[in-house]
Amino acid sequence: MKITIKRSDFDRMYEYALEQRPDEACGLIAGVEEDGVRRIEKVYLLTNIDHTNEHFSIDPREHLASVKDMRANGLQPLGNWHSHPETPSRPSEEDKRLANDSNASYLILSLAEEGHPVLNSFHVEGPAEARVSEKEELIILEDA
Amino acid sequence: MKITVAGTKKEFDEGLTVAKLIELENVETPQYVTVSVNEEFVDSGAFEGYELHEGDEVEFLYFMGGGR
Repeated sequence: MKITIKRSDFDRMYEYALEQRPDEACGLIAGVEEDGVRRIEKVYLLTNIDHTNEHFSIDPREHLASVKDMRANGLQPLGNWHSHPETPSRPSEEDKRLANDSNASYLILSLAEEGHPVLNSFHVEGPAEARVSEKEELIILEDA
Repeated sequence: MKITVAGTKKEFDEGLTVAKLIELENVETPQYVTVSVNEEFVDSGAFEGYELHEGDEVEFLYFMGGGR
């Protein structure tokens, strides 16, 4: 799977993740899928109700409101994103265990190296205790 | 009766419960799904007995979380 994100959305995500440190930041991604390419059209910056640097849980009320906003704007839910304030951009065992939607793309933004954010996207599938992740081809599009 | 499920209006028999709707809609991994009815979240322990009514709006949301 190939997935694209606009530079401006990447920047918003990064700025929000920096603001939320030391906690993990999180949100949803929405857009369209055509010919095997997922194009992120909107990034939702939501509340991590766990408020820690070790876990995230998206606020269910904000999740619900975001899904309704996607529908109103003709966008498909494509997955979610969260930050790793101190660790690399790869799914942890807990990330994989809680990746319950095998149709979703899971974006992880690492802030481990100051000034050099790293964003990767992953597909996760398999039974909860033996999930396997596969990196997707993520392209950051420069805004026109 | 008509119920809106994930934004789409559908016809169902009277007496439909949330648990039965999950089954009818073939919701994947329902143990990880949060259900809202008219924007109020329903406790998973109440799915079996929660009866839906004409005009209700139901959403299925996958819990989204993780950790480092």
